[in-house]
Amino acid sequence: MKTSTFTAAAIAGLLAGSAATADLVIPDLSYRTGPYAAGGIPFSDGYQDYFNLLNARDGGIGGEPVRIIECETGYNTEKGVECYESTKGEGALVYQPLSTGITYQLIPKATADGIPLHTMGYGRTSAADGEVFNWVFNYPANYWDAASVAVNYLIDENAGDLSGKTIALVYHDSAYGAEPIRTLEELSAKHGFDLSLFPVTPPGQEQKSTWLQIRRERPDYVVMWGWGVMNQVAIQEAANISFPMENFIGNWWAGAEHDVTPAGAAADGYKSLNMNRVQDYPVLDEIQSLVVDAGNAAGDGNNLGKVLYVRGMYAAMLAAEAIAKAQEIHGVSDITAAQMREGMEALELTEARMAELGMAGIGPEFSVSCEDHGGSGGGLVQQWNASEGVFVPLTDFIAPDDEVITALVAEDAAAFAAENNITPGCM
Amino acid sequence: MLYREAGDFKTTYKADSQTFPIAFDRWRYWAVLAVAWLVIPFFINDYWANAILVPFLIYAIAAIGLNILTGYCGQVSLGTGGFMAVGAYAVYKLMTVFPDVSMLVHIVLAGAITAVVGALFGLPSLRIKGFYLAVATLAAQFFLVWLFNKVPWFYNYSASGQISAPERFVFGQAVTGANTAPAAQYLICLLFVTICAILARNLTRGTIGRSWMAIRDMDIAAEIIGVDPLKAKLTAFAVSSFFIGISGALFFAVYLGAVEVGEAFGINKSFLVLFMCIIGGLGSIFGSFAGAAFLVLLPVALKVLGADVLGWPTQIVSHLQLVFVGGLIMFFLIKEPHGLAQLWRLTKEKLRLWPFPY
Repeated sequence: MKTSTFTAAAIAGLLAGSAATADLVIPDLSYRTGPYAAGGIPFSDGYQDYFNLLNARDGGIGGEPVRIIECETGYNTEKGVECYESTKGEGALVYQPLSTGITYQLIPKATADGIPLHTMGYGRTSAADGEVFNWVFNYPANYWDAASVAVNYLIDENAGDLSGKTIALVYHDSAYGAEPIRTLEELSAKHGFDLSLFPVTPPGQEQKSTWLQIRRERPDYVVMWGWGVMNQVAIQEAANISFPMENFIGNWWAGAEHDVTPAGAAADGYKSLNMNRVQDYPVLDEIQSLVVDAGNAAGDGNNLGKVLYVRGMYAAMLAAEAIAKAQEIHGVSDITAAQMREGMEALELTEARMAELGMAGIGPEFSVSCEDHGGSGGGLVQQWNASEGVFVPLTDFIAPDDEVITALVAEDAAAFAAENNITPGCM
Repeated sequence: MLYREAGDFKTTYKADSQTFPIAFDRWRYWAVLAVAWLVIPFFINDYWANAILVPFLIYAIAAIGLNILTGYCGQVSLGTGGFMAVGAYAVYKLMTVFPDVSMLVHIVLAGAITAVVGALFGLPSLRIKGFYLAVATLAAQFFLVWLFNKVPWFYNYSASGQISAPERFVFGQAVTGANTAPAAQYLICLLFVTICAILARNLTRGTIGRSWMAIRDMDIAAEIIGVDPLKAKLTAFAVSSFFIGISGALFFAVYLGAVEVGEAFGINKSFLVLFMCIIGGLGSIFGSFAGAAFLVLLPVALKVLGADVLGWPTQIVSHLQLVFVGGLIMFFLIKEPHGLAQLWRLTKEKLRLWPFPY
């Protein structure tokens, strides 16, 4: 009895929502609520604002306006599925769910529906193998690259020798956090460092015992795979046990302003990886004047220029470049999801192009091919300067250990292909 | 007018004790079944299957399971998420080890494995009651989630610890994996819901159900009149876990397709299913359906109304959902502790007298 009114409302909503027009539809599966909102909000703001900028400045991409559909997932897989199902019928070109859990759900669904998935620096690492994962892209880098970049950085810091050192991995005890373990184990065998593992139960507000154990074991370095509230707590706890911050390296999801500011001056010197350099880009001024000041910003404009905002903007730029590429290949402006996939596969990003877009040096140069959906895999190391309140890039993009990573990717992709009866090959 | 016992004569004991003694109710029941089986499969699309109907049916099975334990036998359990995880991991191991066996067999076996685990965790209920038992089942919840995270054998040593359902078939029709037709997804869930509901209804009005209710109403009195508490409590745990295991297996294999144990089967899931039982009505099969429908549809309806129709910012809609659900739970606990099922019962009472109430 009660449900009929809800059903009616749902039907009305579906009818209202399906009045699609000929434009480029980009769904934004964001999360502005829940324990991961602190990371989800700036990313989503940056992602949407860049498309808003293109709409305001260039009238869209190739003359075709971009329509963003935002859907709140709360980092929850069930809501993620609902969001995917409710937006895919609108002509969605590419999904960027910003959640490893939701990505695992969407890989088979998006493959069956023929909609590309761009999981930038998260998701299933072996999706870098484009012959098995035709519809999934994880350029410019993935988790295993990140693990390797962190180790390569430490090797450099120790004049080429890590043997006998101990590295502790503090990780979000979930699919996301468990991803680098395999790679770090391989690397520990190769370079002779000891690896110890410290799982943190999600969402990670309680880490006292983890850090007491770290204090007892005294590892030389701590590498962290954290997200959301876990990062802030870990950095605070590290400060509490006076762990030297310069020996504490977070991955690129554990290195944003909101992660370090709660610990105040104690967080000074904290390092993290980043896949997008954060500095003053001309494009940020354009967003400020054409989007934020015009009142079209996705958020309140406060996040402009922050680490995750820039990453969201970078993700949107990669999507926009792929759309432009697809338009160029097919000679039409109103592209389909299948054409979008070809555009992503033909994507090539050069220094000159990034400079032209007003974001010189934001990411590494890379090109995507049918076989390689993973990009260059490079990441840089940045360090928190608490008094200035900025992350300062310490290095240029460091290349990962491709020898180890490629073998692991091939192995995992082959296992996935066997499990799902996929014959690897280009489309 | 319509809803009358008058003139509906029963001439056998069997007819007198049937599930729906009133003719109108019987017709309504057959009509619902006919629409569910013969009409919806032809009109269902991906959105309706994945966002609304499949989760509703799966949560309905879980709610029936928990209702048997909590509503009929009076044993409060907070381990539902953990038991669903047992069902999910059992079906995952079965479907990867025996790929050629029908999914129907795997799902039933997953339920059976969960029943064994559930009975094991039900053992403390012989010693402890009430809040203390709730804490013991809470331990089951955390232990099971920890176990499935910790032991790589359960997730076939995959790099991320996720389990993903490969494509599997029932009578040549894919029911898991990405290429499943929405109708197939829906029908397999509907099949299990129908069987589970009929099974649960008949269990609860037979000897075993009466012994559960005796234990619930007063366990010492029940023992004195000859109800074996060991048998009653453990069967309640086993049967309840069987249903919850089936729902967990369907939740993973048919609905989501890929699952991360801490995220999908965490303590939140236990509370969600418990709220379904409370809002729907403890000790009522209809209540399980009503509660599941309510808590699955409410967020979707609010989202469609707030974000899609009215165009509000998504985070405000999402926060309003929490406010709404919380408010409704308080409202029900104060105004109608017996849940939606009791509202339905009152409606029926009123309907019998309508249009001449006295």
